[in-house]
Amino acid sequence: MINQQNSNRFFFNVDWITILIYVALCGIGFVNIYASIYNPEESTVFNFTTNYGKQLIFIITGLVLGLSILLLDAKFFSIFSPIIYGVTMLLLIVVLVVGRNVGGNQAWIPIGSFRLQPSELAKFGTALLLARYISSFNPKLNTLKPVLIAALIIVIPMCLIMLQPDAGSMLVFLSFMFPLYREGLPGYLLVVFWGMVLLFILNLFLAPWVLISSILAIGGLFIYFNKKKQQRMIMIGVITFAAIGYLFIAKVIFENVLQPHQRTRIELILGLKTDPKGAGYNVNQSKIAIGSGQLTGRGFLEGTQTKYGYVPEQSTDFIFSTIGEEWGFVGCFVVIALYLFLLLRVINLAERQRSSFSRVYGYCVACIIFFHVFINIGMTIGIIPVIGIPLPFISYGGSSLWSFTVLLFIFLKLDSNRMGFI
Amino acid sequence: MDNLFNRKYTIQGLFIVIGLILLGTLFYIQVATDKYFISAESNVLRKIYTFPARGVIFDRNEKALAQNEAVYDLMVIPNQVKRFDTAALCRIINIDMERFNRNFNKASAQSRYQPSIFERQLSIQVYATLSEQLSRFPGFFVQSRTIRHYPDSVAAHFLGYIKEVTKLDIQNSEGYYRSGDYIGKSGVEKSYETLLRGERGVVNMLYDARNVPKGSYAEGRFDTAAVSGDRLISSLDLNLQKLGEELMHNKVGSIVAIEPASGEILTFVSSPSYDPNLMVGRNQGNNYMELLKNPNRVFNIRPIQGYYSPGSSFKPLDALLGLQEGVIDPNTTFNCPGYFKVGGHTVKCEHVDGNIALRKGLARSCNTYACYVFQKLLTQRKFPNQRVAYDAWQKMVKKFGLGEKLGIDLPSERNGRLYDAAYYSGKYSKYWNYGTVISLAIGQGEMDATPLQMANIMAIIANRGYYIKPHLVKAIGKNRVIKKEYVKRNYVDVEARHFESVIDGMQDAVNAPWGTAIQSRIDGILMCGKTGTVQNPRGKNHSVFIGFAPRDNPKIAIAVIVENAGYGSTYAAPMASYIAEQYLRGQLPKNKLAEVEWMKKQVILPAPPKPKVKPKAKDTDSVAPATAAPAPAQVTTNNTTTTSTPIPPPQ
Repeated sequence: MINQQNSNRFFFNVDWITILIYVALCGIGFVNIYASIYNPEESTVFNFTTNYGKQLIFIITGLVLGLSILLLDAKFFSIFSPIIYGVTMLLLIVVLVVGRNVGGNQAWIPIGSFRLQPSELAKFGTALLLARYISSFNPKLNTLKPVLIAALIIVIPMCLIMLQPDAGSMLVFLSFMFPLYREGLPGYLLVVFWGMVLLFILNLFLAPWVLISSILAIGGLFIYFNKKKQQRMIMIGVITFAAIGYLFIAKVIFENVLQPHQRTRIELILGLKTDPKGAGYNVNQSKIAIGSGQLTGRGFLEGTQTKYGYVPEQSTDFIFSTIGEEWGFVGCFVVIALYLFLLLRVINLAERQRSSFSRVYGYCVACIIFFHVFINIGMTIGIIPVIGIPLPFISYGGSSLWSFTVLLFIFLKLDSNRMGFI
Repeated sequence: MDNLFNRKYTIQGLFIVIGLILLGTLFYIQVATDKYFISAESNVLRKIYTFPARGVIFDRNEKALAQNEAVYDLMVIPNQVKRFDTAALCRIINIDMERFNRNFNKASAQSRYQPSIFERQLSIQVYATLSEQLSRFPGFFVQSRTIRHYPDSVAAHFLGYIKEVTKLDIQNSEGYYRSGDYIGKSGVEKSYETLLRGERGVVNMLYDARNVPKGSYAEGRFDTAAVSGDRLISSLDLNLQKLGEELMHNKVGSIVAIEPASGEILTFVSSPSYDPNLMVGRNQGNNYMELLKNPNRVFNIRPIQGYYSPGSSFKPLDALLGLQEGVIDPNTTFNCPGYFKVGGHTVKCEHVDGNIALRKGLARSCNTYACYVFQKLLTQRKFPNQRVAYDAWQKMVKKFGLGEKLGIDLPSERNGRLYDAAYYSGKYSKYWNYGTVISLAIGQGEMDATPLQMANIMAIIANRGYYIKPHLVKAIGKNRVIKKEYVKRNYVDVEARHFESVIDGMQDAVNAPWGTAIQSRIDGILMCGKTGTVQNPRGKNHSVFIGFAPRDNPKIAIAVIVENAGYGSTYAAPMASYIAEQYLRGQLPKNKLAEVEWMKKQVILPAPPKPKVKPKAKDTDSVAPATAAPAPAQVTTNNTTTTSTPIPPPQ
């Protein structure tokens, strides 16, 4: 049984369904990049110097890259994970020195005609080390020290990326919270964290006295219902006052730490400002393009918003608007369904792993992709601030496509070796 | 494995929930609302309008009264404007920097992405210079359109004028008009606006995000070409109109001539007038304000808005109604001692004629005769009282088109004034009778008619009992359509046989030695008419003449009012005779031409500047004894009317 698996390890143990979904998403990406760049006035002869031509090269090389990962020994990733992590952190430092500044972010290292984006690599570097840490030490994540160590692994790249500064990529690292949760991180930590995010947002919306009095009221209610349990009452009281103190800190952060354009974007999303031709232009145009697709879309190459350049950055961060316009709700549904299927599949695969390294890594892959998809699509339809991160496998760009390919194929390799020991 | 395994479901559940949130939002913006679809259309689709030429307006002989001239609007799309030599542009289109900035700010305020008019109506010369250098001014382009041109500068009141639409016009049109369109604001331009304006053409163009045109939408399937407005053939006679306007130059008043058989208006003179070309082009606003300063109210359309007592010109109606009602016959005589007295009222007569019958009574414009007829009409036995009789009388008079709009095809026509019995009962309680309103018998008192109504009465008499609504447009469009209401005969319910004796009297007024307008006789043409001298509380009497010619098979009915010009025979009657002769013969004899020239030069304006009428000509020599102009105080008590004494025909 084991022998058989070993002899056919590329073909029988690899999860072909996942690869199929991967190929489908890449294909969708190519078609829509073609449409985004398509100019009815120019000849439509296929050309490798155009972005869709390049994307085709990226896809092919990405596949080659992915298949070669499958050829590596599964133990490699576990063993070398600290080194890979170290290298990616080093690259994050290097980029701060030699990186090229594009659009305000020093995120790219130029290598010939190719530009390397270390923050993409840092994602699977971090995922690998996190998996390695948990599988090697089997830490109890409901105790303080392991949580701090795990947090450190995550926070180091976040800080380095923040120096670029690239808020979008940095936020993606928050997705590692979910694998940790799966491995025993107490749920209330997540609740507290996202509660803080929620309070941060509400703080911008509501007048301070409304918020403070409602927090006091809620706290008071909880204390009232727990009046027999002194310990809980104290805890609730502490939380209540901590929440109120947090409000002031959040206000200070919002007004002093965030950059003006980030503030404006957040305010636009929350509807605190309306300025469809200004900072909200991208989102507004993107919503118009997506909305105009209606149920079945305008058809391939028929999207006027797409063709005539109404949506900026359309082949990269706003590629979803092309899908929305030309393929309509049906197309959007298919894409989101494919992603959901992929995510659920990866989680299911992760759960069938014998080694906790593979499992943790699988969760990391799923959650990183999930974050990207949610934030990217969310921003194109205006429910999330504009955070410039690509749509996995679909957005134009070699760095992004390859890093997602590597991210996913490492997991496929681990999965194909699930019966072996890592 | 352990209880942590269940956390898988929490995470997968989170994925699904977020996925559903995304799909739900997408469903809303893509399927549930078409708000974004519409925004997308307005992003890319621009409707480029082409302006149709307005319909050309011709006179009855198809000579153009109003035609079109190409002008060029300089347009700007503010966000496409880059740095350029503003001074050069200002120099070419001849404006200063201040105006440049004002125009530019105005255009920017309208829209930064859509074209708006920067400077309107550049001449073809300016356009020629500009178009050579247009590439120096990015964001600017030229759009051609047509504006009105009036080759003979006549008939301003008939034509009216067009103006750029106001916000209110756009609102009222329920979206038909768009900013920058023109609309008829008065005259025929207004009343026939929907026919004259034509149909805008539209080209649906696709634009990209940088506002570069990307070709037409759906291969132009929804594009339409501009359709020019319908041509209108007016009933006016250009030459006659010109003559009328020249005669009325420097005078205040009106000339209306109607072709009785058709109701077509041949001349429509309102004086003072203006050159309609002043109401076109870039100086329209300034010129308009300038014209408004004229104390004689240039924009009054006197033929349909001026109120005048009909005066003696009402007398034929007295006679006609008397005959129809059978209270007189052509030979009924009344004694004229020089006045008619009833109760406290005395109506003076200019002359003492003794026994006088219909024919001479009209020819001599005898007030006494008219009063007797009126008395007889209102004291008929068949009526229970005089109030009922009065209402019957008023009804008959109304049939002649008095007291109500005639329904001419121009906006702003006024009713005139003629009250019913209830009005007088309200004013005098029950205690009034024909004596109270006796001045109505001689067309004075509480009765006003517009010049058009007066001319129309002449058309009725000329037609022996009916009229066709007077109108100014005789054919619309290629198929020469005419509105149905302008071919229908309106009968006045006076039998045709009664007209001849009245016409006899009117014929004598012009042609018999004792007639009031004998000096306006036309050799070889039997003109019938009636002079009137209408008291004017504000100054000198108005000179009035109404008539028609020739007597048999009449071709022209006419009313002339010259304000403050004294007796009807002095100005109004001769003017009417020139118009009639010009129309019937196509030209005027030499001796008349000299009179016409003299007449044109006369200045009769109320108030300052003082009239410069030099009493050198024969007509004015004989004008009125000094007592003829009654003091206003007299007017209120005695409704007197005066007619000129017969004067010898011109040598």
